[in-house]
This record gives sequence, C-alpha cells and structure tokens, in this order.
Amino acid sequence: MLGRPSGAMRAKAIACAVAAMLLSMSVWPAARAAEPIRIGFGMALTGGLAGNGKAALIAMQIWAEEVNAKGGLLGRPVQLVYYDDQTNPATVPGIYTKLLDIDKVDLVVSGYGTNLQAPAMPIIMQHGMAFVGLFGLAVNDQFHYDRFFQIQPNGPDAKYSTVQGFLEAAMTAKPTPKTLAILGADAEYPKVATEGAREVAKKFGLKIVYDRSYPPSTVDFTPIVRAIQAANPDIVYVASYPPDSAGMVRAANEVGLKTTVFGGGMIGLQFAALKQQLGPMLNGIICYDLYAPEPTMNFPGIREFLTTYQPRAAKEGADSLGFYLPPFAYAAMQILGQAVETTKGLDQKKIAEYIHQTTFKTVVGDVKFAANGEWAEPRIIFVQYRGITGNDIAQFKKPGTQVVVYPGEYKSGEVQSPYSDIKH
Amino acid sequence: MSFDLLLGAVVAGILLGGFYAAVTVGVSISFGMLDIVNIAHPAFIILGSYIAYIVNSRLGIDPILASVIVAPAFYALGAAVYQVYHVVFERRGDEALRGLAFFFGLLFITEVALILVFGVDYRFVEARYISTTLHLGPIDLPLRMLVPFVCSMALLAALQLFLSGTFIGRAIMAVSQDRLALQLMSANPARIKRIAFALSIASAGIAGAFLIIIQPVEPSIGRDYIGRVFAICVLGGLGSFPGMLTAALLLGVVESLTATFYGPSWSPAVAFGFLLLTLAFRPSGIMGR
Amino acid sequence: MRMRTGTFWIVAIIVGAIVAGLSVLVPNQYYFFAGYRVLQYVVLATAWNILGGYTGYVNFGTAAFFALGAYSTVVLYKLFPLPIPALVLVGGIVSGVVGFGMGYLTLRLRGAFFSIATLALAVVVQTLITNWDYVGGSRGAYIIRPAQVPLLGSYVEYLFFLMLALAVIAVGIARSIEPSRLGYGFAAIRDDEQAAEAAGVPTLRLKLVATTLSGVLMGMAGAPYPYYVTYIDPASGFDLAYAVNSIAMPLIGGMQSWIGPVVGAVFLGTIQQLATVTISSALNLLIVGVLLVAFVIIAPNGIVGLVETWLRPRRRWRR
Repeated sequence: MLGRPSGAMRAKAIACAVAAMLLSMSVWPAARAAEPIRIGFGMALTGGLAGNGKAALIAMQIWAEEVNAKGGLLGRPVQLVYYDDQTNPATVPGIYTKLLDIDKVDLVVSGYGTNLQAPAMPIIMQHGMAFVGLFGLAVNDQFHYDRFFQIQPNGPDAKYSTVQGFLEAAMTAKPTPKTLAILGADAEYPKVATEGAREVAKKFGLKIVYDRSYPPSTVDFTPIVRAIQAANPDIVYVASYPPDSAGMVRAANEVGLKTTVFGGGMIGLQFAALKQQLGPMLNGIICYDLYAPEPTMNFPGIREFLTTYQPRAAKEGADSLGFYLPPFAYAAMQILGQAVETTKGLDQKKIAEYIHQTTFKTVVGDVKFAANGEWAEPRIIFVQYRGITGNDIAQFKKPGTQVVVYPGEYKSGEVQSPYSDIKH
Repeated sequence: MSFDLLLGAVVAGILLGGFYAAVTVGVSISFGMLDIVNIAHPAFIILGSYIAYIVNSRLGIDPILASVIVAPAFYALGAAVYQVYHVVFERRGDEALRGLAFFFGLLFITEVALILVFGVDYRFVEARYISTTLHLGPIDLPLRMLVPFVCSMALLAALQLFLSGTFIGRAIMAVSQDRLALQLMSANPARIKRIAFALSIASAGIAGAFLIIIQPVEPSIGRDYIGRVFAICVLGGLGSFPGMLTAALLLGVVESLTATFYGPSWSPAVAFGFLLLTLAFRPSGIMGR
Repeated sequence: MRMRTGTFWIVAIIVGAIVAGLSVLVPNQYYFFAGYRVLQYVVLATAWNILGGYTGYVNFGTAAFFALGAYSTVVLYKLFPLPIPALVLVGGIVSGVVGFGMGYLTLRLRGAFFSIATLALAVVVQTLITNWDYVGGSRGAYIIRPAQVPLLGSYVEYLFFLMLALAVIAVGIARSIEPSRLGYGFAAIRDDEQAAEAAGVPTLRLKLVATTLSGVLMGMAGAPYPYYVTYIDPASGFDLAYAVNSIAMPLIGGMQSWIGPVVGAVFLGTIQQLATVTISSALNLLIVGVLLVAFVIIAPNGIVGLVETWLRPRRRWRR
C-alpha cells in the first residue's frame, strides 16, 4: 500500500487541500490590520470551564475595543489572537507554541484555571515572556518564574484565600462557634482550600467534627448534609464547584441544616445563573466573592465596564452579571496595557519589572503584586446574602443583597447569625 | 440519631435510585431488548432537559408536563434515528462496532449543537415544588427528588404495562428473543424495533425533565451518566424492568450510604467495583434470566 | 514473509528518519508539540486496534490505560527520577499488568458487556487515583521538565523523537501480528468466537495476549505525557477524548489492517491539531462527531477500504 504512488499522491492531494482550506480560514482576518500589537492566549470556549472562559473573553474583547477606539497601544491597534483550549490541558502546549513561534504574538496572557495555565508555563519561560495568569492557584510555587503575575486576588498564599476571611467573619457570629465541618470536592482548588481550612481552624481553636470530600459527579447532596448535621457543627465550610454548590445549597435547605454559619468557598454562587436559580435559598449564606455592587466597592470604571459587559454577555450566553471573572480579566489587560505604554515597547523584561514595581489603578481597585506574582495583599471579600426574594436576577445588581462582611476595608454590614434562624 | 441518619440515607438513596431508573429505562429497552448500544442516550436526555427548559422558561409550563407534551417529537426523532441505524448498519450486519461508533458520533453532535444554541452556561427550570420539602418525622422528602421519583415510577409502570399488555409490546419483548418466530407471526421486526427504539428516546426526553429539576444542566453533563446508565442496565440483567429498577435503587442507596458513612469520594469506586464483580462472576445481572 | 517483514522495518525506519530529518529543518517548536500529539494517537489507535480491530473486543477504557502509564511516571518522578525511556517501560508494564488482569476478569464477557466492563474499570481506576494523595490525588501533580537535554537540545524534541520511536515500534508489532499464528487466531475470534473455540483455537489465552499487549502499548503512550503537559490531574489524565479518539481513529482509518489506525490517527489527529488553532470554537468538537458518523455510514471500511476499492475496482465484490 505504501509503495503505490497513485494512492499516496491522491491521499496527499486531499490532505493538502484540507490543510490549505483550514489554514486559509485563519489567515484571512489576520492579513488585514496594519502592524497590530498581537496578544495571544488560549481560552476554554468549550468543555467544563467554558462558562468562565467565554465571560473572560468578552471582557478582554471589550478592553481591546476600548483601547483601539482610543488609538491603540503605542499608536498601534491591539489584536487578540486566541484559540479554544477545550478545557483540555493537553492542547495548551501546542496552542502557546503556535502563538509564540508561528503567530509571533507580542504579548501573552493565560487561559482560565490552574490546569490550563501550568502546561503553558515551561513554554512561556523558554521564551522569556511576561505572563499574566487568569485565576490559577499557586501555579508559580512550582515554577518560580519572575515574570509571572496572577490576577485572582488570593494573596501570596492561595491556600488561605477562601478560608481565612470566612473563619474570621464566622468567629464574630453569635453564639461564638466552637466546632467546624469541612467539605470539599475531589478536585484541585477544594483540596487546597480544605487543607487551608484545617490549618486556620487550629489557629482559632476550632474543633473539626466532620472532614470529608465528595466526587464531582455527585447528584444528590442530601445524604452529605445529613451526615454533616449529625456531627452538629457550628460552622460548615464548603469548597465546591458550580453544579455542586447549587446541590449543596439546595440540600441544606431541604434537610434544614441547623448551624451558626454556613458557606465558605463555594464557586458558582458568584454566577448569575446560580444566583437566579437559588434565589432566597441563598439568604444567610456567607461565601467568598470578588466583587459585590456595594457602595464600599465602587472602584473607578467598574460600573461602566459592567454596563458594557452585561448586555453583551446576555446576548452571547455567558454569565449575565459578570461580578466574578470579567472585571479581573479586564483588569489584567489594563495592567498589561499600562505596562506596554509606560515602558514604551514590548521588551518583556522591562514590562515584567514595571509590573512588579507599580501599583495599578484598575476596575478592581488598586493592584500590587508580590514577588511570587500573586497579589501582595489578599483581596477576597466575603458576602452574606440577605433579603433575597423570588428569582429575579435584577435584585443582585442592587446594593444590600450581598453584604460585604469581610475584610474591614470594604465591609458594608455585620454578620447575621445563626444561619438556621435566617429566613430562606 | 445514627438510626435516623441511616434511615435518611436510605430514603435519599431510594429517591435517587428512582431517578436513575428513569434515566436507564430507555437503555434497558434499546440495549437490553434490541441489542442497540445507544451510547448517545444520555445526550438525548440532556436534549430533553433543554427542551423542558425552553418550554418552561418561555411558556411557564411545568417541566414534566412539558416533557410529556413534547414526547411525541422525541418519539419521532427516535424513529428517525433508528431508521438510519437500521438501513445503514443492521441490514449490512454491521451494527456491533460501527453502530456503536455511530452513536458515539451522535453524542458529540448533540452536545455541540446544544453548546452552539444555548451556550455553555448552566440552565435550570422553575416550578413551585422545587424548593419545598416535606417532613415526615425523621425523614425529609424534598419534592425536588420526590416528584421525579414518583413520575419515574409512573413512567416505568406505564412502559411495563405497555410491554406486557399490548400486542406490539409483547412483540418488542419477543424481538429480542426470537426474530424468526416473530416474522412467522407476520410481524415486521424492523417496525417493531423502530417503535421500541422510538419509545426509548421518548423516555429519554421525559427523564431529561427530571434531570433538570434535580440539578442545573449544561451540555456536557450527560457524560457523567454514560457509565451509570449502562452499569444499572447490566446489573439489573438486560431487558428486565424489575431487575433494572432493583439495580437502580441499589446503586442509589449504595451511593447515598457511602456518601453518608464512609466519605462520598469513594462512592463511584464502590458502585462500579460492584458492577465489575457482577460482570466477572454473574454476567447475567443480579436478577438475570 | 520474512522478506516482507524486513522490508517493512526498513521502510518504517526510513519514514522515521525522514520525519526526524525534516524536523531538524523546522525552525520552530510548534510542529514538535503538534506532532507529538498526533504520534501519541498513532500509538493509542494502534494499541486499541490490536484488541478492537483484530479480535473485535471494543475497549472503552483507553483513558484508564493511558492514565496508568502517565501516573506510573508521576510515582517514579517522586520516588527516584529515571530517564524517560525507563519510565516508558515501567508505564507499559503497569498498564500491561492491569490489561492482563482486566482480560482475566472479563474473559467470559462478550460484545457490549466487555465494553461496559472496561468503562467500569476506567471509573474505578480514576476513583483510586483521585483518592491517592501521593500522586497528587484530585489536586493534580506537577512534573517540571528540564528545558534542555544533552545531544538533542530542546526537551520537546526529545519527547517527540521518543514518541516517534514508540509509534514505529507499536505499528511494527501490529504489523507483525497480522500474518502470524497470533493474528489468525485473533481473526478467528473476531469472526466467530464459538467456532474458533470449537476448532481448537485457545481463545482465552489469545484474548489475554491481546488485552495485555494493547494495555502495554497504551501505558507506554501515556508514560511521557506528564513531561509533555507538566501538570496532570485525574480529570485531564482520564479525559474521555482518549477513549473516543482511540476508537474513532481506527474506524476512520480502517480496522482490518495495521495501516488503518495509522492513517486514521494521522488524519484525524492532524485535523484536530489544525482545528484547535484555526476554527477554534465549539465547532471543532463537531469534527470528530461528524467524521465518525459520516465514515461509518459512507465508508464502513475506513479510508484504507476506500482507497482499496478505488485502486482495485474489480475486487470490490470480494470483501
């Protein structure tokens, strides 16, 4: 079969045709603009993290459009070059080498999530690029790369990000809690977070009475909530991913979880879809968040950004509130843009040094990075849901439904407790 | 206290198992009775969830009622899929492997179609009962689980009655056992199989409504169910509804008990380890023929 | 026969050398990354086909064997770092043992039951890995690869050549099975297992050989993966894509002979790589689905079957 030239040639001809066809699709839009500054990244547009990936992409596109409307960076237009990483880490090395070696992009940012960031690191490091990461957990602890920055405000030690503040706030509850239950999903973030919870619990002298993890495919959480209830904890700390967070909140309502403080690090409660669905069931829960439309968090530009973002996201089927990831994706681009403008060029070393030295004014407030590329100070907030009635999404855009109870700087109210007495 | 916990876990497991039964019943028909390895069944279930979502959010109709209303459309879809499958694979005697690949392909196509139409955000439905819970002494019965449970029992009973009580139903049961005899009775096996397969897809549409009541849905969530569905079907002994129901309840209770007492992270290993052992030592299923 | 086998190896080495030679001329690393993925699929598809194509037993658990290879690398990386070829060997052995065990446990199962058993195996193995904290558990594990290796320079090129060698070996094994007693035994099982058994073919032993061999090759394909991706967690190691692709590729290429999986893997693998960096939307998931459906309907014997009928129209009726 190999020896037959006609067959092989036909096959080759077909292959060439297919390749040419596919290539032409990619080259078309690129060939138009004159000398743009190209910013490359892979983003989860399909697969498990696509919901966030899409939201981040919209935010980055808004930034690019706004910058271009003002004449671009260094007088050159900005162009985003991005590929769908399919939420599959195995695609990431290929995507970033393509971006750097073939597309010759001038700047890179990361995709969303730890496992889509880590595979890009060796390649980024080889090319010496400054790299702004979008929500990863302590990725740089492994690589120690001095041109890496991470925009999620975990602070230098990510382990405590969704724990420290939660427990600090929880300890102000009445009656003062003495016991703690810990539940986390079998996945990377919850594992790290629950580890942090165990350590912080010791500091507060809390006794851990339940400590388990559950597999991500869990359908019904009522048995878990009952098991937790049986241990009778004063605080229930949960680190979970979106569908599970909804399952936990529902189950807690159905079983009638009796505890003083409930919440913690549930990812998903920040998203419009889950807020809308859970509605009044959220009342009383204290959960980490990154932004809430409270008067204490009125950063310059955030309102304008959300006003642009919300209708677009609704149209494209992404998170319609945009409180969680989008402002940070936008801020990451602001930082990169400012670094390019100020260093007057694309020298990666200078850009990285500038980012290290500077305190940036962004839509998510002042950003200053520590030596390891994380935020110098953690800026995770904890909100308590209050007075939510029905399933109208608009109520979440108003102040007062998500009261910031921690940290003091952004606080807009005291912790209400116990959880069991609050009307769900 | 501990007894209450046990009781609670068993009740939750039974409710969950009832839902699993509704998800599996279609596969019990297509795989158990017709020998069609429809690995795309969960994708049809998700499709059902999304249809229920549209009807519910646009017209405010109860999701389960909506799914029953659109069931004929799913029936037609199933009939069409079977027709393609029959013409292309069964007639060629090719169904084993290529038929399987065909359904694998359908799984992906459905998933992507849903992503393209609805995006990747989680979707959910609204119904009054979703946030209500009944309390009977130590037992809580969340209507979110109870309503799908009751409806899936009704679905199962209806299908069982149809299969054992009507001519076509008995013909479906017969087609898996003896094609030739069926032909001698002047029934067309392809037609019988088409009806049966269409029914299985219609049941997927209804199960989809149950799913979206129980948890929010996004397009790729169906993959979680492929393993469970076939595991239950095989555990129950192919093509036997009572066996399948027993297996579904068993799986639900086992998952629930492990989650309550040993830590939930082991529950998949327990369930599927059980399946592996059953396959190895009693391939006809726990209540097999 | 012996002569033709010799020719095959010569051709294989020449093809390998040409690919290697071309790659030296290629100035950038992207092609190594992309090429690695395609070659990895050549190994996986070939391995799958030894069981699925030759004996007719459909394995849904490719991801489990692949991940076992990958995770044995993680374990060894933590215990005492070995050079990758040794890791590949260990990965192969681990997966092979599990393949043997699975074959032994599921000997009595036919058809779809076997497939479901492999699916169950994948879930069980994944749960075990998820709960095993030493290899990172659900948290995942980092494998930091050195940027350079002696002689070759870039580490990625090293991985690429390693995978190229694996691909040549895997295809060579598949190729040499076909005209052997083993191959005829496999074919007998595929065509009619009961008849084969009645005719004195040691079906049980042959099936064990097939599950083991297939497992070994899949494990070998998985072993270098942690070095390629630098971070591995159960969700990505057990990705459904491995199971799907390793079935789709032989089907699209053609399952009857060794060349089919190679053609299918190169074809589908290349399209996927291209699609990732061109179309780059939900549509590229669609490619696998549509190609799969189109091929099983229009060209049930895959690309190889198409080419054969095309070249030799008169033999069309023989199949």
